[in-house]
Amino acid sequence: MGRIMTVTQTLLSVQNVTKAFPLPHGLIQRLRQVPPQAVHALNGVSLDVMRGETLGIVGESGCGKSTLARCLVRLHECDTGRVVFGDTDIASLNGPARRAFNAKVQMIFQDPYSSLNPRMKVRQILTEALSVHQMRPSAEIPARIAELLDLVRLPQDAAEKYPHEFSGGQRQRIGIARALSVEPEVLVADELVSALDVSVQAQVVNLLLQLQEQLHLTVVFVAHDLRLVRHISHRVAVMYLGKVVEIGPTEALFSAPRHPYTQALLAAAPELDPTRRTRRVAAKGELPSPVNLPQGCLFNTRCPQAFERCFKERPVLSAEGAHLSACHLPG
Amino acid sequence: MTEVALQVSNLTTTFGHQGTAVTAVDDISFDVMPGEVLGLVGESGSGKSVTLRSIMRLMPQHSSVTGRVLWQGRDLLAMPEPELRKVRGGEISMIFQEPTTALNPVLPVAVQIEENLRAHTTLSKADRGKRSLELMDLVGISDAKRRLTQYPHQFSGGMRQRVMIAIALASTPKLLLADEPTTALDLTIQDQILKLILDLRDELKMSVVLVTHDLGVVAATCDRMAVMYAGRIVESGPVADVFGQPNHAYTRGLLGSVPRSGTERSPLLSIEGTPPGLMNRPTGCAFNPRCEFATDRCRSENPVLQAMAHGHEAACFHSDRVKAAGWAGS
Repeated sequence: MGRIMTVTQTLLSVQNVTKAFPLPHGLIQRLRQVPPQAVHALNGVSLDVMRGETLGIVGESGCGKSTLARCLVRLHECDTGRVVFGDTDIASLNGPARRAFNAKVQMIFQDPYSSLNPRMKVRQILTEALSVHQMRPSAEIPARIAELLDLVRLPQDAAEKYPHEFSGGQRQRIGIARALSVEPEVLVADELVSALDVSVQAQVVNLLLQLQEQLHLTVVFVAHDLRLVRHISHRVAVMYLGKVVEIGPTEALFSAPRHPYTQALLAAAPELDPTRRTRRVAAKGELPSPVNLPQGCLFNTRCPQAFERCFKERPVLSAEGAHLSACHLPG
Repeated sequence: MTEVALQVSNLTTTFGHQGTAVTAVDDISFDVMPGEVLGLVGESGSGKSVTLRSIMRLMPQHSSVTGRVLWQGRDLLAMPEPELRKVRGGEISMIFQEPTTALNPVLPVAVQIEENLRAHTTLSKADRGKRSLELMDLVGISDAKRRLTQYPHQFSGGMRQRVMIAIALASTPKLLLADEPTTALDLTIQDQILKLILDLRDELKMSVVLVTHDLGVVAATCDRMAVMYAGRIVESGPVADVFGQPNHAYTRGLLGSVPRSGTERSPLLSIEGTPPGLMNRPTGCAFNPRCEFATDRCRSENPVLQAMAHGHEAACFHSDRVKAAGWAGS
């Protein structure tokens, strides 16, 4: 059961961040006088990550959740807006200060097959992280590696093996060990288990929950799997077309979703109980192109309840308390 | 009792040459009833996709398929190729996980639908055009006339899957084999496609075999399910029964691995270890190294499917203990 949250200190704060990726604008486009276009991945995202919590970020492909994760660790620079860690804008960090930030906020990637160097033994992978960040004098590194392998429940002989000798789930553990080696405060996990088989997913999820308790980690868990996000998050943010459309405590958001998109998304997730089937389609239509965003509310092309105002004015996150929704509908 | 639509018996598929051959599907048998949706569920490497491809004889060289696949009194595995070609894509159609690779990128959609109509119907050119429009309509693609002239890259992932279904349905098949049809799609689009398949099943009175790794998809769409592990069916039965009371330790672990509401942030049941590869199947029950119920018998002897109740079968020596242990959903 969820542990009671007593601390509500903001650790990472995302403030009105936008990010667009320009599309190639070649000679032909220029000759035909086509204006340059861009994929609008983030369109004004604001949210706070509290110390010690797990914040789940869900949405379908193209909603900007991975871009947001990368902005959090500064793998992408924001176009406008800022990400504040503690009380510094992370875009202003340079040199040793930036390295210190990187150690505090670590990322674990989706693909355990491409995020580990195939030519390095696990010992080398972990040593590299430890020495780049000068976490330990070199004499203490072997002991620290043993400790890290223990932490992620890998056998000690794993240190002398190469990544290809491990299964997907074990590789993901190596990724977690590497992230933990620099003693981070925040883990940003982008689709941590989506490349794994169901039975192996559960092992990694259990490990993550344990590590969080043990090391008092703050976790940003980006995923498309609603059941997983619900299982491990204290709070959840739902994204659609580069905007947070709803954010709130997990239980409130899942039991009483406010935004029509959240409602559709939850209805579309197949029920695990075969006796509770429905034949009604949850949401009609498809995601509009992130190149040409709709006017007004971004969900208006698919929203069954859209009215005049939704086509003119883009709603902002608003409501009472901790459960916020960006929708013009009353209530 | 209605007659069985498709009867698969002792299907075994091996790859490679004698001596180094590996067994992907190991002596499996199942029936598909008319109008029924059967879910084949399992993790990667369990042999579920190979099963579908073996039925359709869509296997590469250096593979061998033995057993019997009875379709309307005829054995698909023994059928001469010309005859099989009438059944394949005609009476039995197949849709794949990746519509992007299954569609021809250099032909407009209209040509690809018509190709199937020409092969499996006697319609005239004008009628084929009309039927193509109807099919696009049936699978829920609006503005069909214009869309037919477009190429696959002009469609979104969900729309491409609809096009693939339209092609599969062109011959009004009696059986649809669907290999992870929604795995590459987003939730809201998956929901649309699954419900489309169910509507079409009702409308066209066809049977469906749905291969998936997603238990949610099984719970939401299938009538019966067969759980595969290391090339064998370890449990099968009506979906509600299997979800209500798993009889095999693997099914129990699989169902327990999926988070459900009300147990937030508590440890999931999970299964230790990873599924075995094709090269190193354990002796005895293939699941024994990962099984908390395993005994010496499980390590030496491979259990066969035993009838439980109401068409519910499981291949486990310790069904009683598995049932007694209960699981997260009960």
